[in-house]
Amino acid sequence: MSLAESWQRAEVGGPKKALLITKPAVVVTMIKKAKRPILIVGSGVLDKVAKDKALIDLIIQLAQKGKVPVVATAHIVGDFLKRNFKPTTSMPSVDIVNRLVDGKWPGLDGKGQYDLALFIGLPYYMEWILLNALKHFAQSIKTVSLDKTYQPNASWSFSNLTVEDWIQNLEEIIDKLGAE
Amino acid sequence: MSKKDVKLKIKELKTNTGVIKDLELSLGKIVDESWKEPLGPTAFPSVTALREWDMKLLKRYKPFYMPFCDMCCLCTYGKCDLTGDKRGACGINMSAQQSRIVLLACCIGTATHLGHARHMIDHLIEKYGRRHPIDIGGLNVEIEAPIVRLVCGVKPKTLGDLEDIQNYAESQLTHLLASTHTGQEADNLDFESKVLQAGMIDHVALEIADIAQVSAYGFPKADPDAPLVGLGFGAIDIEKPVIMVIGHNVVPSISIIDYLRDNDLVNKVEVCGLCCTAHDITRYEKRAKIVGPISWQLRFIRSGVPDLIVVDEQCVRCDVLDEAQKIKAPVIATSEKNCAGLPDRTHDAVDDIVADLVSGKTPGALILNPDKVGEVAAKVVTQVAPTRKKFKTLPEVQELIEKAKECKKCNECIRACPNMMPITDAITAAGKGDLTKLAELYELCVGCGRCEHACSVGIPIHSFIVKAAEKQMKEEKFLVRSGRGAIQDVEIRNVGSPIVLGEIPGVVAIVGCANFPKGGKEVADIATEFAKRRYIVVTSGCSAMSAAMYKDEEGKTPYEAFSGAFEAGGIVNVGSCVANSHIAGAAIKIAMIFAKRNLRANYEEIADYIYNRVGAVGVAWGAMSQKAAAIASGFWRLGVPVVVGPHGSKYRRMLLGRKENEEDWYVYDARTGDKVYVGPAPEHLFYAAETKEEAMVMIAKLCMRPNDTTRGRAIKLTHYIDLHKRLYGTMPDDVHLFVRNHNDIPITMKDEIVKILEEKGWKETRIPDPTLLPRLIRKKKEE
Repeated sequence: MSLAESWQRAEVGGPKKALLITKPAVVVTMIKKAKRPILIVGSGVLDKVAKDKALIDLIIQLAQKGKVPVVATAHIVGDFLKRNFKPTTSMPSVDIVNRLVDGKWPGLDGKGQYDLALFIGLPYYMEWILLNALKHFAQSIKTVSLDKTYQPNASWSFSNLTVEDWIQNLEEIIDKLGAE
Repeated sequence: MSKKDVKLKIKELKTNTGVIKDLELSLGKIVDESWKEPLGPTAFPSVTALREWDMKLLKRYKPFYMPFCDMCCLCTYGKCDLTGDKRGACGINMSAQQSRIVLLACCIGTATHLGHARHMIDHLIEKYGRRHPIDIGGLNVEIEAPIVRLVCGVKPKTLGDLEDIQNYAESQLTHLLASTHTGQEADNLDFESKVLQAGMIDHVALEIADIAQVSAYGFPKADPDAPLVGLGFGAIDIEKPVIMVIGHNVVPSISIIDYLRDNDLVNKVEVCGLCCTAHDITRYEKRAKIVGPISWQLRFIRSGVPDLIVVDEQCVRCDVLDEAQKIKAPVIATSEKNCAGLPDRTHDAVDDIVADLVSGKTPGALILNPDKVGEVAAKVVTQVAPTRKKFKTLPEVQELIEKAKECKKCNECIRACPNMMPITDAITAAGKGDLTKLAELYELCVGCGRCEHACSVGIPIHSFIVKAAEKQMKEEKFLVRSGRGAIQDVEIRNVGSPIVLGEIPGVVAIVGCANFPKGGKEVADIATEFAKRRYIVVTSGCSAMSAAMYKDEEGKTPYEAFSGAFEAGGIVNVGSCVANSHIAGAAIKIAMIFAKRNLRANYEEIADYIYNRVGAVGVAWGAMSQKAAAIASGFWRLGVPVVVGPHGSKYRRMLLGRKENEEDWYVYDARTGDKVYVGPAPEHLFYAAETKEEAMVMIAKLCMRPNDTTRGRAIKLTHYIDLHKRLYGTMPDDVHLFVRNHNDIPITMKDEIVKILEEKGWKETRIPDPTLLPRLIRKKKEE
């Protein structure tokens, strides 16, 4: 299998396709270098990724270690709160991306538009199309898919990974973000 | 009604009293001398007649484009790469290209309904005559064609009158489609305005198609107690020969039922249907059955139950003939739009066609004469059924287990599945003899069959799923209320005031196809939730079927548990796709009957009324088709927001408001002309939700309107906040935007909300007589 293949076969990318995240350090560097990162978290993070582990727990660690503001899409804000983590905001996925394509949007804190948008947990096809909106209409924002499947419309994406490899990558990102 | 289409041109005319030069006089298209209501400004509107209204909407709800494809491949300059807003060889940019594709989709959708209407009206005129009266509810429905009255400014009284309207609609569609040619329209907003025109024309088509068939065929006429009819596999008597009809144009299916009736066969042959033809056969004959929505096509054919398959048009699987051959069932195609590669036998003798189909000499026939379809179908099914013996293609359990062992776990099935169902795990378990995981997929599966075509070892995955759930499938036996058609004028009188004042919290129209993200149960959940909350829930099409396929603790389907009247707490099945016109019609009639606004060719004013006052929301949870796009755009132009499921994002364009931009949310107070802030009500016009929970909260929010009374707003806020707390686990963060004064605050939440208002620096605003149209401002009274 080619590494840069859309997970849903028919959702092929266009002429400009995501670069592969070959090692977790790439994501760590991008987050650390970004002046205004934002993490958009979809309903899929409620899925369990191991017997006693839901993805949302990893995401909370990642946001905390990376000091990245979190947008909880769909109805999942309550699940964050149950874990004593308050997302920066709760907003439908189409709403947050609609604001990201607006160069004049002052951001959630009034300090200006973001320069790095990380995505995880949206339905594959929905994330695909939302990332494409950003690819075309928000070229100053770099986008990263942290999902376990290749998202061709991001600037950077993992290849199609096994759950185990994916979790290992995410945990490594979290570890490295925590390191000085 | 008479038609006047007169143009008089005089270059120079000398008379005793003077000289006239270059006089050009045009008289309108159709004038109804007997209708006293004054003619409004936009009779038979041209493509640009309502452009100004469209731009008002599009200013608030700016298109948000999510390109579904980075290229344009429509001409031989291309392919053109439009990535990053590059321009193509014709000069088009990505925004215009996306809106152009949306327009193309809406033109396709509108064309299907117009083609359907044209066929229906021509057929009915031939059968019943041009003077056959339009009657869709007797004395209960005096405003029999609200969309046509609103758009065209005419009042059709006979089938013949519908032809003139059809001609107008077809000409508009031609112009709209023409505008998508390479190198024409350049501006995305102008494309969007045309999308709205296509939607409006689509609603005209829906209405004339449905009122024609209701009038001529005697379907339920605005009847809240339309009969409950059987739905589901288990409702079908498989001991009888079974004719399965699929599609949206009921004409040939009616002929089948007529023939069965005339020949005392109606109790001896089972007629069942899929998709909208299914709705319409039960509107004609309550003993007919509905199999289910479009997603049931493959599973029902493979079950071997149908002895004969009759297809008409729209949403018919393109592999029906192949699938039918596998179960040795002949196919009759009946529409010029769907000939299925079959030989045209329209002019052959009935007995010859029957002989060929029964013997299997030919797998199917194209018959374009509906009456002949009726006779051939009845004769074929009674002869084929005894020899077919319900031959099916579902495997035996042991066969399934053995084949499942061949799975290579390549996951190509999952990668082909629209909803990425965990198929590999289910097949692996099946290979070990455990079919429960396969059976669990049954309710989630949308029945597309893509998994099978992706499987490298040829596992018939869909058949496996169906086999694993065979017992469940055979027990599917539900009741759905047959499509009632229009909403009675008296029902509108009863609910007009509480809707406009906000005391009935909203009208939730659950419509459209069956491309559900997590199965049809979510549709039933949404319908029952809002009915319990005393919203008026209206259903149509495949969604109306899906809503029926679940039972409460007492074993009742939603249509048994809730009233079929257009009233608070009702679940109202209006009928097939074309019956969606009655949902738009109800909103229009509220403006006319309750508010006494002139309807006739007065589109802008009525849309402005609906937009600002009627808390209606469309929900197309599984929308997949171009028709759904056209129907939705007709609602947008009327100011009715539409929520779609996550797959709806693939329509590639949303119409989203920005609630934080205060300047976007001002209206005129028609009493004074003042501009008044009214908050983001409704916040969006077209919106894709990621989950059912998100959709439910958004539906409640989108029902708010500037005109709500304080009591009405308090009721609506109660539902919005209550749903948000239950489904999100939090208080919404935008409550302050919807509170205009303290009386809007739900009494039980007062302390909590007052605290939020203080934190947000909220200021009281007044409740205006809201309008977006400066011409509706009445002069300020002198003190």
